[in-house]
Amino acid sequence: MTETTKGAAAGLTNEDFQPVLSEKSADVIVRPSVSYWADVLRRLKSDKVAMISFGVIFVIALFAIFAPMFSPYDYETTNLKATNLAPCAEHWFGTDQLGRDLWARVWVGARVSLFIGLGGAIAPQLAGILIGGVSGYFGGWVDMVIMRIIDIGVCIPELVYITLMMLFMGSGPMAIILTIGMVGWMGSARFIRGRVMQFKNREFVLAAKTQGASPLRQIFRYILPNILGQQVVSITAAIPGAIFMEAYLSFIGLGIKSPMTSWGQLSQVGASFYRVHPYQLFIPGALISVTILAFYLFGNCLRDALDPHLRD
Amino acid sequence: MGRYILKRLAISVVTVWLIATCSFFLLHALPGNPFASTQVLPADVIEQLMKYYGLDQPLWDQYLKFMENLLHGDFGYSLKYAGQSVNGIIMSTFPVSAQLGLQAYFLSLPLGVLFGIIAARRRGKAVDYALVGFSVLGVSVPVFIVASLFQYVFAVKLGWLPVAQWKSFSHTVLPTLTLALGSIAGRTRTMRTLMLEVTAEDYVKTAKAKGLSSAKIVWSHQIRNAIIPMIPNLGMEIVGILMGSFVVEQIFAIPGIGAHFVKSVTSLDYTMTLGLTVFFGIFVVGANFIFDLVYGLVDPRIRVVK
Repeated sequence: MTETTKGAAAGLTNEDFQPVLSEKSADVIVRPSVSYWADVLRRLKSDKVAMISFGVIFVIALFAIFAPMFSPYDYETTNLKATNLAPCAEHWFGTDQLGRDLWARVWVGARVSLFIGLGGAIAPQLAGILIGGVSGYFGGWVDMVIMRIIDIGVCIPELVYITLMMLFMGSGPMAIILTIGMVGWMGSARFIRGRVMQFKNREFVLAAKTQGASPLRQIFRYILPNILGQQVVSITAAIPGAIFMEAYLSFIGLGIKSPMTSWGQLSQVGASFYRVHPYQLFIPGALISVTILAFYLFGNCLRDALDPHLRD
Repeated sequence: MGRYILKRLAISVVTVWLIATCSFFLLHALPGNPFASTQVLPADVIEQLMKYYGLDQPLWDQYLKFMENLLHGDFGYSLKYAGQSVNGIIMSTFPVSAQLGLQAYFLSLPLGVLFGIIAARRRGKAVDYALVGFSVLGVSVPVFIVASLFQYVFAVKLGWLPVAQWKSFSHTVLPTLTLALGSIAGRTRTMRTLMLEVTAEDYVKTAKAKGLSSAKIVWSHQIRNAIIPMIPNLGMEIVGILMGSFVVEQIFAIPGIGAHFVKSVTSLDYTMTLGLTVFFGIFVVGANFIFDLVYGLVDPRIRVVK
């Protein structure tokens, strides 16, 4: 019996076994290839929560930049004839106990708080990348020493440490950022150390090593880009923490001091008068809360956009 | 296991010693002296005071003296609160902070875990959204705003509870709620995520396939596994809780330990700061030690290999 007759018995001919012509079109790349970051951006743009929270942050930042410029009042000029005014047409957010316009003060304070929020989120990460990177990459006794220092560091009460730092460096935005950096580097160093150890023996790093890449090049060119996504998320997640920290420090009287102002400093002053003049506390308080909320939500969305597997 | 415990114990003791030594020399490296800040004293009075407290001795002798006292569990006398020992101040303020912290803890732990479980079980439903909304809001509002808001609404406007101070149980309600709110919010979120993570595990599917009721699955398979990753952080958390919250204590005028961490440093009260630091350090080291052991007990997968 020949092949053809067998096939014919089953109702099949040779033509049925020809390659399908349209098969190739399944392999054709229809859409242009998208880079990782463009893909992240696309996912972010399609996320409503991300866009709304970003919008809120953007508007608050705009006000922080421009509102003091266009306000007829100065943030530090006192006017004892107009003290403790409730919000009105003249003073949109009212005035404080020295007659300073709170609209101007709140937005100048926003500049300080946002600056500290950004700086305070980045500073510990930078220190952490450097120290954790060295610790994780070199291992051995360097790693041992750094890890033991961190073990001891976390046992010292944070408040004592912070107060010491603030005493050393005085009060001001830079001092607060440095303090946050000094307190926060331990956590991020531990984290980055773990990640670096995870990546340092991967093939692409070993390949670079065999080709003579210096340790620094291996860390910065080959290992860090792999952790970068998570670092961006950590930084975004750390912004609310830094704003909190500033508010907290100023609230206990260690941070920003009058006549300079910040949201924390405004809340601190407002807190002592809130039973009579609630707006003095609740306006800066509401702004802190909204800003932190926006950063927090945006951070979550960014995490999901960077790695959709993490979406919960 | 015994050797492991002994080794950890030795490391803990060395850690406490290092904390004490580092803070001693750091503090004494600060410029200024403890008697110059509060009021202007004549130079010879300051000299007398320095001599009385042994601060005129060489630093090395002071250090040895400090260590000797420390071995006897004695932190010495406060330089700011004349005649009061550091031990005495800690003994009188610590229980207040600890009570406040524990009350908040025992309110927030079950509630947070419960909310987390409910949110995870009703994922994507209205209850879930409400709870997630609450937890996001709870971690976004600074504690001093919550405290002031509670004070304003419940004490000033409604008059249900005392505004401040620490006298009876009703005085503790508002500060406890304030402290608990943030941790309930945080815990709800963590617990929800952890619960959702274990839902996809094979043993949960197996349990489902065996035909267990969903209450049984949640109780004896999901919760038990979801809670494990929370344990390593418990040590630091408990210490944070026991040491109280400076801000809440300040707003509600509670005589807790929180304020001393800041005040003693700003007034250069060496003995007080050192006492607090070592006290705190012992707690952290001890808590971490215990919770590392507990972690090994509850999760055999990471039990230490002898």
